[in-house]
Amino acid sequence: MSGLLSIVLIGLVFVIIYQIAKASEYSTILRGEEKINARVNRTMAILLVIFFLLGLYGIWLCHTSLMDRLLPVSASEHGVKYDSMFLTTLVVTGIVFFLTQTVLFWFAYKYQSTEKRTAFFYPHNNKLELIWTTIPAIAMAALVAIGLRNWSLMTDAAPKDAMIVEVVGKQFNWLIRYPGKDGVLGKRDFRKINDANNVLGLDWNDKDNMDDIIAQNGELHLVVNKPVSLIIGSRDVIHDVGLAHFRMKMDAVPGIITTMWFKPTITTEEMKKITGNKDFVYEISCDQMCGKGHYSMRGTVIVETQAEYDAWMAKQQSYYALNNAPAAAPASGEAQPEVKTDSVKAITMK
Amino acid sequence: MSDVIIQGASAHTHEAHTEHHGHEHHEQHFITKYIFSQDHKVIGRQFLVTGIIWAIIGALMSVFFRLQLGFPNETFPIMEKFLGEWAKGGKLSPEFYYALVTMHGTILVFFVLTAGLSGTFANILIPLQVGARDMASPFMNMLSYWFFFISSVFMFVSLFIQTGPASGGWTTYPPLSALKEASMGSGLGMDLWLISMALFVVSSLLGGLNYIVTILNMRTKGMTMTRMPLTIWALLFTAVLGVLSFPVLFSGFVLLIFDRNFGTSFYLSEIFIGGKALPHIGGSAILYQHLFWFLGHPEVYIIMLPGMGMASEVLSNHSRKPIFGYTAMIISLIGITVLAFLVWAHHMFVTGMSPFLGSIFVLLTLLIAVPSAVKVFNWLTTMWKGNIRFTVPMMFAMGFVSLFISGGLTGLFLGNSALDIHLHDTYFVVAHFHIVMGVSAFFGMFAGIYHWFPKMFGRFMNNTLGYIHFFITFAGAYLIFWPMHYEGIAGMPRRYYDYSAWESFKHFESLNSFISIAAIMVFFGQLIFVVNFFASIWRGRKLTVQNPWGSPTLEWTTPIKAGHGNWEGDIPEVYRWPYDYKDDGNGNDFIPQTTPLKPGEEAH
Repeated sequence: MSGLLSIVLIGLVFVIIYQIAKASEYSTILRGEEKINARVNRTMAILLVIFFLLGLYGIWLCHTSLMDRLLPVSASEHGVKYDSMFLTTLVVTGIVFFLTQTVLFWFAYKYQSTEKRTAFFYPHNNKLELIWTTIPAIAMAALVAIGLRNWSLMTDAAPKDAMIVEVVGKQFNWLIRYPGKDGVLGKRDFRKINDANNVLGLDWNDKDNMDDIIAQNGELHLVVNKPVSLIIGSRDVIHDVGLAHFRMKMDAVPGIITTMWFKPTITTEEMKKITGNKDFVYEISCDQMCGKGHYSMRGTVIVETQAEYDAWMAKQQSYYALNNAPAAAPASGEAQPEVKTDSVKAITMK
Repeated sequence: MSDVIIQGASAHTHEAHTEHHGHEHHEQHFITKYIFSQDHKVIGRQFLVTGIIWAIIGALMSVFFRLQLGFPNETFPIMEKFLGEWAKGGKLSPEFYYALVTMHGTILVFFVLTAGLSGTFANILIPLQVGARDMASPFMNMLSYWFFFISSVFMFVSLFIQTGPASGGWTTYPPLSALKEASMGSGLGMDLWLISMALFVVSSLLGGLNYIVTILNMRTKGMTMTRMPLTIWALLFTAVLGVLSFPVLFSGFVLLIFDRNFGTSFYLSEIFIGGKALPHIGGSAILYQHLFWFLGHPEVYIIMLPGMGMASEVLSNHSRKPIFGYTAMIISLIGITVLAFLVWAHHMFVTGMSPFLGSIFVLLTLLIAVPSAVKVFNWLTTMWKGNIRFTVPMMFAMGFVSLFISGGLTGLFLGNSALDIHLHDTYFVVAHFHIVMGVSAFFGMFAGIYHWFPKMFGRFMNNTLGYIHFFITFAGAYLIFWPMHYEGIAGMPRRYYDYSAWESFKHFESLNSFISIAAIMVFFGQLIFVVNFFASIWRGRKLTVQNPWGSPTLEWTTPIKAGHGNWEGDIPEVYRWPYDYKDDGNGNDFIPQTTPLKPGEEAH
């Protein structure tokens, strides 16, 4: 009932607004259209200028109030290049933005219709056209050059000493597999997937799989200053490994393998200090619409020193041992006391 | 509405002529005249009204999901009244949130900004501005609307089925959209979506072919290609884009229909879902994205070009100055049209596509900025030393330019793959495309509606409401979308139902509330337009002169209430280009296209 009432009320408001506007139209006709039109024209020219100035103030206000909510300093080598390229592009586009918008509103004000003014018949000027075709073309060429240089650095083959980790998306969490001691990820086959004891469909006929580790709490552990190559896949629909703090992103597509590599440069602990946020954590966000739980498809990344990493790794058991040799385990991995609660949430969110 | 329209102008002498202007179709039945009409002017208005209705529905959806985004911890019992089970207790369910986002995109992109925009203005303007009595095939033109109508019915019905409408995003990427197990919306809702869109493609092709043929073959005597107004050039290229790219989308949909229903594996490979491994092997999910974006990107220009054309016309007319660089404007339109087909994969930089291929698309994408920049500079120079009348259409045309600049520049970030790798699928993208092909295209459309409303309905829209509508929308657009860039730079992903569990994004909650409030206010601002539009059809100030804006183009040489056939007697002959805003010697500041060159006067 209240819903209906408010709709009726809104309707009434619109009727009233319309009637008032209509009345002003009649009064315009009564008081002489040309005089009124001239006044309206002046008013609008002034309003546009006010709009422009308020807009500039708004941009400044928006910028100052949101700057501290942006991402902290980039935590990867790529990211540093990324940030500098972003800044360059921002400066170029910023200059164009302010120049063109200023000209737009300035012309509007300056050349507002008056009784005395007649428009200047000025249909074309090839020289001008040539100038403003060439200048953007050169600017674009420069931006493309910077972009392609960075792009080729980012998408180049990973360095040989990079550690390899597999990240597989499924509705709605991330599965992380380490190659184990042999440094080789074993074969997997989607037909062998079994949510009870083989979440990735590891092929147990492949010896390389025997020492592969699937991180029990879905955390991606990385070593600071050591490049990592992510082997990305998906079990069901398209997902996307989004690593905002490292300025990287790559789709996880069923049926194909995608890769991305980067070199983390700041540990999680250091980042907590930098941001002054003791809860700080690197997050993996799914950036490709993947179904109703898309928004909850969260993973975490722990960047740590080699020593910390080794200590963590030492505690991990191979997925084979965990699932196929029940005698050997009440697996220590499963009962880890220092399980990060937020990651548990990520893996249990359905 | 119709009766009033005819009688509306009866006070004028023109009406007397239209009543018996000699053609075969006086005394038409209401149904053939206003429902199954073959008059391009009626069909255009049908597209417009249908588009407006869809726009209200689509915008209302954004209000619902903005409530969720802005106030994730609140409940809004009023939503339950509208949405029932989908918003139990006043809280939107995630399934329906995604359905709303998907439908909002589909409706606005296809039904409003494609059919509602080029359907309306191509129909109304092409025959009137090139000097034709109607489209090349009025019957096909009628079919074009009715296919759109049936398509609309399917889409509308899908909103009310138990499993909800399609919910995989307006791009409907498989496997999500292909597998019923993957999401609730991928059931019947997705089938209806595909049927609807397939019909939509048919409608679009029927219309587009007609527009092209009419422009190329049915121009009046003297109307050479270079004497056509830029609106017609823009609509021509819009139609060309549609005719060449919609079939590719259609093929993509057909393959998807096969994958969904007939067990093929075009897009599916190695999938384990719903507790079992599917038999599909060897398909490529990326293939769909190529097929989709081969339309999807030209689609952006299908949406932008009519706005560009109309803004050119309106800016020139209300500045009382010829459009600056007419030829350059046409060349840049050609450049945009050609390049539009060569940039689609910039939507796919992070799909695992070959990085080398990515580089080529970077180059081509940034290249398209050049013709766009040329257009902007030409619009600005058109205003330079003009005699600017700030009519409502002029305000919207200026807003169009402002927004086109703002939204276009952020494209330089996204088109550069090395920057896109971070910004992809974040709110930066949302901000970018909403400003440029959402709001900016809408401003082009509003400029067109306010400018040609007198031609369409023989009455004016109310100015005061128009100005209010303009400022609310202009300010609102920037308030909503400007801060979104910051969220995107911070990596905040789009299409999330709730950010509160995310350490990296949860601090944007207050900003999200702010954006939602602005969005809801802008929604009510649009209702002012809707009220103004429909009220003015019947109650607006009557048009008393043939050519209210002092425009040289042909549409204003028709009677105020033109019947089917547009001109009484012969179609006028054209002698000059459409932008002769100069002293005609009789105190007018323009010379109509139908005026022969004076002795010694040089043609443009």
